[in-house]
Amino acid sequence: MNKIKTLADLKKLQSEVQSKIKLREKGDIPESLVQIKVSMATCGIASGAKETMSFFIDELDHQGIDALVTQTGCMGYCYAEPTIELTLPGKEPIVYGFVNKTKALEIIEKHIKLNELVDGIIPVNYSSIDN
Amino acid sequence: MSEYNMHILVCGGTGCKASQSELINTNFKNKLNEYGLADEIQVIMTGCFGFCEKGPIVKILPDNTFYTQVAPEDVSEIVDEHIIKGRKVERLLYVNPETKERIGDSKGINFYKKQIRIALRNCGFINPENIEEYIGRNGYSALGTCLSEKTPDEVIRMIKDSGLRGRGGGGFSTGLKWELTRKSVSDQKYVVCNADEGDPGAFMDRSILEGDPHSVLEAMAICGYCIGADKGLVYIRAEYPLAIERLKIAIRQAREYGLLGEDILGTKFNFDVEIRYGAGAFVCGEETALIHSMEGLRGEPTVKPPFPAEKGYNGKPTNVNNVETFANIPVIINKGSEWFASIGTEKSKGTKVFALAGKINNVGLIEVPMGITLREIIYDIGGGIKDGHEFKAVQTGGPSGGCLTKSFLDTPIDYDNLVAAGSMMGSGGMIVLDDSDCMVAIAKFYLEFTLEESCGKCTPCRIGNKRLYEILEKITEGNGELEDLNRLRLLSNVIKDTSLCGLGQTSPNPVLSTLDNFHDEYMAHVTTHKCLAGQCKALVNYSIDADKCTGCTLCFRNCPVGAISGEKRSTHYIDQSLCIKCGVCFEKCKFDSVLIA
Repeated sequence: MNKIKTLADLKKLQSEVQSKIKLREKGDIPESLVQIKVSMATCGIASGAKETMSFFIDELDHQGIDALVTQTGCMGYCYAEPTIELTLPGKEPIVYGFVNKTKALEIIEKHIKLNELVDGIIPVNYSSIDN
Repeated sequence: MSEYNMHILVCGGTGCKASQSELINTNFKNKLNEYGLADEIQVIMTGCFGFCEKGPIVKILPDNTFYTQVAPEDVSEIVDEHIIKGRKVERLLYVNPETKERIGDSKGINFYKKQIRIALRNCGFINPENIEEYIGRNGYSALGTCLSEKTPDEVIRMIKDSGLRGRGGGGFSTGLKWELTRKSVSDQKYVVCNADEGDPGAFMDRSILEGDPHSVLEAMAICGYCIGADKGLVYIRAEYPLAIERLKIAIRQAREYGLLGEDILGTKFNFDVEIRYGAGAFVCGEETALIHSMEGLRGEPTVKPPFPAEKGYNGKPTNVNNVETFANIPVIINKGSEWFASIGTEKSKGTKVFALAGKINNVGLIEVPMGITLREIIYDIGGGIKDGHEFKAVQTGGPSGGCLTKSFLDTPIDYDNLVAAGSMMGSGGMIVLDDSDCMVAIAKFYLEFTLEESCGKCTPCRIGNKRLYEILEKITEGNGELEDLNRLRLLSNVIKDTSLCGLGQTSPNPVLSTLDNFHDEYMAHVTTHKCLAGQCKALVNYSIDADKCTGCTLCFRNCPVGAISGEKRSTHYIDQSLCIKCGVCFEKCKFDSVLIA
């Protein structure tokens, strides 16, 4: 490790290392971020949910969009794996099916950035006990 | 993939380590390796989460899942279920004691709801052994700002305006202390961090040093810049091996990164920190005694003035601040004095860390804004009194403090209100007492502590406290007389008025405060020779209620001295001449038929 010689050096290192703990800070303010839950049960993983999740993390980070990508259990849409649930701040969650990398990119470009819905939405046909 | 997409935080505080949290940490790493997930999920050992009652704590981020009382063998279930399949392990989630609901998110836990974490901001969040995580949380930028953009006077102004007062107990204005040391003229000055935490049951300083050592080092360097010192010393008790270890690592890393040492951040400012070990004497928390101990002399206090600000370590001007005080400094610089002053009450700004202990459900470490009420601390954060007992009092300020009773439950807590109520802030220990605690015995307990810790220099403290203790002993053994209560009060006041240092001046506080608030209990002890709480064994008689006794023989079988006799299905009887008053029969009886009188 080279010594930090100036305040500017310190600030530079700060922004470099900030990303390492950003994930933990995000966990504290989930409601103000774009949240993506990737269904990662056995069927989801077998259909490539892991690649989808990694793609979301890398691409959103690359584009500088603050988002919280987490995994979740089986959503029940096994015919449409990989499925994701996308929640924009202050909006209702929306579920997408068959999300491969191409679809993921489309969701980022259109839904997340422009707030336009994309094909492939699975209508949520149940209510959860939370609401 | 370049970055981790999930973080597992394992508590590495002393309490959780004692419950095998290190093994939990290793198990997680092994399990993740086995599944080839080690590059995607990071396992971090952090400082104390504060919720020691439910340790060891494991927190999973970013979904904010909070697992309590995790055992090393639970690790594979967490990995298989939560990490792989995304299903939370229900049985390890925190259970709300009132609604019996399981709560997955730490924000839903009452224990954390009313807390504001300033001094503990990084505890349970960063890896204390990695300086980069501290830097990533804005670490050392306060030092950078001070050195490059502010004059020492401007920084001192900020600290004064923030209203920060010493967190070690006295409550002296930190900014003013720095200003006084700055004004002393000398070729050499020192910054001392007082980490000699001695109150029974208090562990806030230890937790800060274990969880966020860099915040203290950064603040010491800022203090050095302000007062014109290039040397800092941390006086820490040798009983804190983990805190010492992490502090050593922190100092080494800060030197490597050029944040301690010569020409820090190219500003020609030099500052370095060394550690001095104490042998754990309570009186060494007093600043003059601490300085003597560091000089290699006996840890005895001396008369002030001269204050350490004028003549301290090696006769040079020295600024002594407590660990928690220092931990607040970088935040004040970064967020501004108005921000800090907006939290708290008129004369006590910011937050205070308290160690909750005693008969309370959520034992642990909390940080709350000044001005919070005792009721909020005990019932909302602390989860109420254990086993459905009734709240009796809370002892604050350790052996130098006093008891706060029910009538103070709604008093806003700050330095001045606690003093007005006959107690003190102290370093922040809070011992909660319930209706099964005898206040005379509590006073005796604290006095026993000060008695052992008195350095023996002043006669009133050395001999007076001994006599006080003897009177209390006499009362709890049932030999007390009415006149003893006057003797206690008279002697207490003499000790307070004539002792040199804080130890002697405050040691009779627990006696005076219990005498004032629980006069009826003292009266019961000396007049009718009864202990209302049933704690003073010599004053208690156990007997069996003939109406309720079913003759189940449980007490008979459990009595260690064979003092209980009686046939099956007929009333039992306790022979008072044999009874040793151990209370086993009372605890065992399922029909409430053992009476205490």
